[in-house]
Amino acid sequence: MSLIILCTLVGLAPPSNVRAYDAPDDGGGVINVEWQLSTDDAQTDAYEIYRSENGSDFVKVGLIGRSRQFYQDQTTEDGILYAYKVATVSDTVRALSEPSPEVISTPSWINVAKVNIYVAMLIFGGLILYYIYHARKGKELFIRKIAGLQAIDDAVGRATEMGKPILYVLGLGYIEDIATIASLNILGEVAKKTAQYDTKLIVPNADPIVYTVAREIVKESYTNAGRPDAYDPESVFFLAREQMAYAAGIDGIMTREKPATNFLVGYFAAESLVIAETGAATGAIQIAGTDALAQLPFFVTACDYTLIGEELYAASAYISKRPLLLGAIKGEDWSKVIIAAALILASIIGLVSQFPILSLFQ
Amino acid sequence: MKKRIPLILIFVAGLLGVISFVIPHPSYQVYDAWIRNDLLRVLSAFAVVLALGSLLRVHSDKIRRKRRNWQYSWLLLIAFAVSAIIGLFGGVAADGILPTTIGSFSYDIQTLYENIVIPLASSMFALLAFFMASAAYRAFRVRSMEATLLLVAAFIVMIGVLPLGYSISKHLPAFVQWILNVPNVAGQRGIVLGIALGVVATSLKIILGIERAWLGGGE
Repeated sequence: MSLIILCTLVGLAPPSNVRAYDAPDDGGGVINVEWQLSTDDAQTDAYEIYRSENGSDFVKVGLIGRSRQFYQDQTTEDGILYAYKVATVSDTVRALSEPSPEVISTPSWINVAKVNIYVAMLIFGGLILYYIYHARKGKELFIRKIAGLQAIDDAVGRATEMGKPILYVLGLGYIEDIATIASLNILGEVAKKTAQYDTKLIVPNADPIVYTVAREIVKESYTNAGRPDAYDPESVFFLAREQMAYAAGIDGIMTREKPATNFLVGYFAAESLVIAETGAATGAIQIAGTDALAQLPFFVTACDYTLIGEELYAASAYISKRPLLLGAIKGEDWSKVIIAAALILASIIGLVSQFPILSLFQ
Repeated sequence: MKKRIPLILIFVAGLLGVISFVIPHPSYQVYDAWIRNDLLRVLSAFAVVLALGSLLRVHSDKIRRKRRNWQYSWLLLIAFAVSAIIGLFGGVAADGILPTTIGSFSYDIQTLYENIVIPLASSMFALLAFFMASAAYRAFRVRSMEATLLLVAAFIVMIGVLPLGYSISKHLPAFVQWILNVPNVAGQRGIVLGIALGVVATSLKIILGIERAWLGGGE
């Protein structure tokens, strides 16, 4: 009561129309609070948000700056009725609003806010599946030449002729990184070729799980190539988890073993240039591929061939030439056509709607 | 069966991942979190043991066969043993059963990390400056149309961000900003778009069992 009297004395107006509602499309435990700014907003320092479970004892739960009309209370419990008040704060003076209607936070079963993503997923996923289905029926599919992947056979052949090993670096990524998965797919194909040519393969790893998966992939590839005897268990090994320790270890392998070919494929960070430049200095053919945008310029500069972004994901299909995988690439390309068309259309609409002549019809 | 079980597992795991994107309800998210956090952590623990075994095996083998630079492998094995003993028995915050201080000298695992590993990593990181210089030299050699464009654009951007750029022309900094914001961002967005679709396609191929290179290939 004394607070309200104080507010009246100094004439600080509280916010009005306080509205609280359950945050939509979430896992529960969140209530959004909105209000109309105080008429004295220019004089206020901030707004304080108060919450009550019984309609009378309001407790402060948040503070937000001047001219703000929204607060998200992430500390609620589902199933409890809450009422909110918002106070205008100026120095030590507070002017409390009327309480909001009571509200309950509840979790949602379906995230409706992502409906645009579901539609896109259906369209693009459908296109990819459609072309995979066509490929299964034996339809011939064209795929443009990718220089970096064309060079793989030459690179393996070169290493064989020189009697030098091939170094395959998977990068720093974890097993859940899609670039690492794509790299493991390429490793499978490269390992088949090294098995056929009987070329030494070196695969140092930075992550324990990636190491175990890479080891199994190389082993399986040697078996599928009909050369299980040629598989060397020591060829795939764990090197270091630390970024720069890993880079130093790879640099050491490059300078000691002098591989004829270096594959740098996967997720890379700042160590990319340290590795790629050392490889370039040893005179090896270098084929790099990553989806880390910041590292692409380094690879383009220091490596002979670079798989840029999507080429990394297309590599496995390109090398294996399996129709089903090629079908997926065709679906990807048509998805890109749709996105490009949508972008062009949206740009034209945006441009046309800005023409001054249109304002005459408003 | 050897291939069918992993394919079924990956299909189920992939499907669960997609469902967690659609259903925010805690009754489902709690299981998703269990798979992502708890289960993956248990798997990681086993993988760490295998990985450390691999590291020790490779270096022991190198010493046994006296391969090139085998002496350094002793360094690794000794450092491994020392840090393992101090880490396991000394505790992370020097709260273990092993004393990790002698007078004012402490050698707990955190101190070792901060005073050995971090300076070594920083030294490696510092090498980037020299590697950048040599990479820049390689990139800026005018060998093709693309390299010429790169050289010209890089020269303009480098001059434009310096005070010298403004003294040459007051419009130069704005032009540099345009290069960075328009052609540069346009190129990057094109790559990002390709990456995003590539991720969708790769995920679908793996979930549906079409991509099997990770299983060693085959039909």
